[in-house]
Amino acid sequence: MENKDTIIELRSITKEFEDGFKAVDDFNLEVKRGEFVTFLGPSGCGKTTTLRMIAGLDVPTSGDILLNGKSLIGLPPYKRPINTVFQRYALFPHMNVYQNIAFGLRQKKVPKDVIDRKVTRVLDLVDLEGFEERGIHTLSGGQQQRIAIARALVNEPEILLLDEPLGALDLKMRKEMQLELKNMHDRLGITFIYVTHDQEEALTMSDKIVVMNEGKTQQIGTPEDIYNEPQNAFVADFIGESNIFNGVMTGHLRARFCGGEFACVDDYEEGTHITAVVRPEDVEITAPEKGTIVGTVDSVIFKGMHYEITVVSGRNEMVIQTVHNANVGDRVGMRVDPENIHVMLAEDHTNQFYADINKDFRLEFNGHHLDTSLTKIIRGSRRLEDGRIVDSSGETIEPSRIRILVSIQPDDIDMTDDQDKGLIQGTISNLIYKGDHYSYVIHTELEQDFVVNDEYLWNMDDRVSLMMPVDKMKFSLRRK
Amino acid sequence: MNKKNKTAADAARVLFLVLVLAFLYLPILLLAFYSFTGSTHIGAVRGFSLQNYVTLFTTSELTDMILGTILLALGSAFIATILGTMGAIGAFYSRRGVNAFITSLNQVPVVNADVVTGFSTCILLVVVLHISKDSYIPLVAGHVTLCAPFVFLSVMPRIKQMDPSIYEAALDLGATPFIALRDIVIPQIVPGIISGFALAVTLSLDDYFIATYTKPATFDTISTYVVNATKGAQTSIKTALWALSTVIFVIVVLIVLGMNIRSMRAEKARLENSVRRGGANV
Repeated sequence: MENKDTIIELRSITKEFEDGFKAVDDFNLEVKRGEFVTFLGPSGCGKTTTLRMIAGLDVPTSGDILLNGKSLIGLPPYKRPINTVFQRYALFPHMNVYQNIAFGLRQKKVPKDVIDRKVTRVLDLVDLEGFEERGIHTLSGGQQQRIAIARALVNEPEILLLDEPLGALDLKMRKEMQLELKNMHDRLGITFIYVTHDQEEALTMSDKIVVMNEGKTQQIGTPEDIYNEPQNAFVADFIGESNIFNGVMTGHLRARFCGGEFACVDDYEEGTHITAVVRPEDVEITAPEKGTIVGTVDSVIFKGMHYEITVVSGRNEMVIQTVHNANVGDRVGMRVDPENIHVMLAEDHTNQFYADINKDFRLEFNGHHLDTSLTKIIRGSRRLEDGRIVDSSGETIEPSRIRILVSIQPDDIDMTDDQDKGLIQGTISNLIYKGDHYSYVIHTELEQDFVVNDEYLWNMDDRVSLMMPVDKMKFSLRRK
Repeated sequence: MNKKNKTAADAARVLFLVLVLAFLYLPILLLAFYSFTGSTHIGAVRGFSLQNYVTLFTTSELTDMILGTILLALGSAFIATILGTMGAIGAFYSRRGVNAFITSLNQVPVVNADVVTGFSTCILLVVVLHISKDSYIPLVAGHVTLCAPFVFLSVMPRIKQMDPSIYEAALDLGATPFIALRDIVIPQIVPGIISGFALAVTLSLDDYFIATYTKPATFDTISTYVVNATKGAQTSIKTALWALSTVIFVIVVLIVLGMNIRSMRAEKARLENSVRRGGANV
């Protein structure tokens, strides 16, 4: 079924490099004529590679790219009606502004007087009238940027590709250019495909955002969809600030996470493992007795428009943005409106918790010693003779400024009746039979849920101790 | 350190500098001085004379030899520049492993002794392939082999400095790979190509070993000629070679001066440019 409105379609595009690295993995996308589409993701997520494949500068390992229903595969870049604005502009340094802009038209053997007219018009469009004779090196970064856009636009491409075009500009300039680009897009009606790692830029400019991570599409949607209804923990974490918790459904429209039971609007079967996302601006601070959960204020930072307050509740941490101040050490209650809790199916059941660092730089959890040390966890770090720990670049690591996030898989935890044998104790609050094993949720004394897979049957409300081998743990460093 | 010691140290420094300079320049100045006299050997001064220069520019044996050397240098440098530049561009745009492989292969002839290059070229082309030395092919091939790796080395840094996306930008704007190379990449690396060419000319002019093994019997380069002539008995030719050495020295000095003045001007222009650009930002 060919859709008349679709200008370009990417069908299960995969790009695997010679060293086996999959930069893009089964990427699918349809772009409508005149749309402003943004590929958003952290560096190395495959967004630039995808753009380069559309431009023809990289060749996909498999998959198809259709422009107006016709495959572009095998067509070299110079035969595609698509132009690119490169990351660092890529202007030709030995040519002046006029020659740079005219380059594309000259390749098409456009008559000289037509070229003159078009160059003048496009310079007018980017607000650089009369710059024809200027050398590239005499231009500021912002001006070079505009020339790069003009050089691409003058060819009247069907699609304009922009690869982080504002990355090299300062903040003020970037904001101005964002608006200008958006205006240009609305006026010209050309399809824009834009690549950025800046979520604010993406939310401001786009009709449609494609969030990417590790070569895979995470979510495609309007800026509002992406922000309000993130489909997974990655999107929630990447777009805006979020509190993300692992949890479990405890009843109809009820979910337990962050040590409390919340009403929510997403319906999943009781016992389902979920990921709950709460935006910092959606948490309301109440009197302790009125909150769904209670915690202690850990830090307060004034951010100009609001305060950013971190509240610690048991083993969990909630970041809150509010216009009301609070004092460090206050006992406060917290509540969240059901419609502001975004509940998603948990993708995997990795258990995560923060370990403590004692004064000897050893890791502890729940008062138990973990048989590893900071120097083993932080690559390239070493302990100096004076007792300090420095990282690979020689900077001192301040134990109070970092936290160690420990991840362990449900299969790697063993349950025992012997309460003293494990790292932490809890009661079985949920069990599901998964064909060849049972999946248990253990609710611990520290208000945290652990997911444990075990082939033997235990009973609900059994009190168990969890044994977690250190060699099965994965550690990652988080800055406070 | 007291004042006396300090002056002594300064004097020692100056003396050292004078000795170094004397060691570098005295021999050629001596030769230049005698080239303007009528002396037949160094040591006896017989008054000012331009006879050596007259001989140098009127003896057809000498002028033919000089002209032949220059033509050989320009010709083989030209071929070597094309090959070396193509090699550097090709290596740069190859996969990383291939690039490293080509670059290391290129190092070997650079370090290798000329006598080995000359001898082995002679063996391959003349003995094995039966190409006559009179065809000049072994000589030119030998000199191109000598020069091309140096051109490669002088072009490569320029390519590396170049923004690699400008080639892609040219393709993106509709240029075929050939046009992109000709109109965008080559102009960026012209300084490297020019200095590579200059280096190649000098190398070819300097060469003695490769020429001895590969040149036609009737042809001589300056190097081979000078070596033979200084062994011979013709005094007027020998002293004319003093004049030739002087001329070469003067040309070299002029070229070096010219290059330095040019780069000083370029640096100044660059500074002024950046000041102007700074102004445009405000």
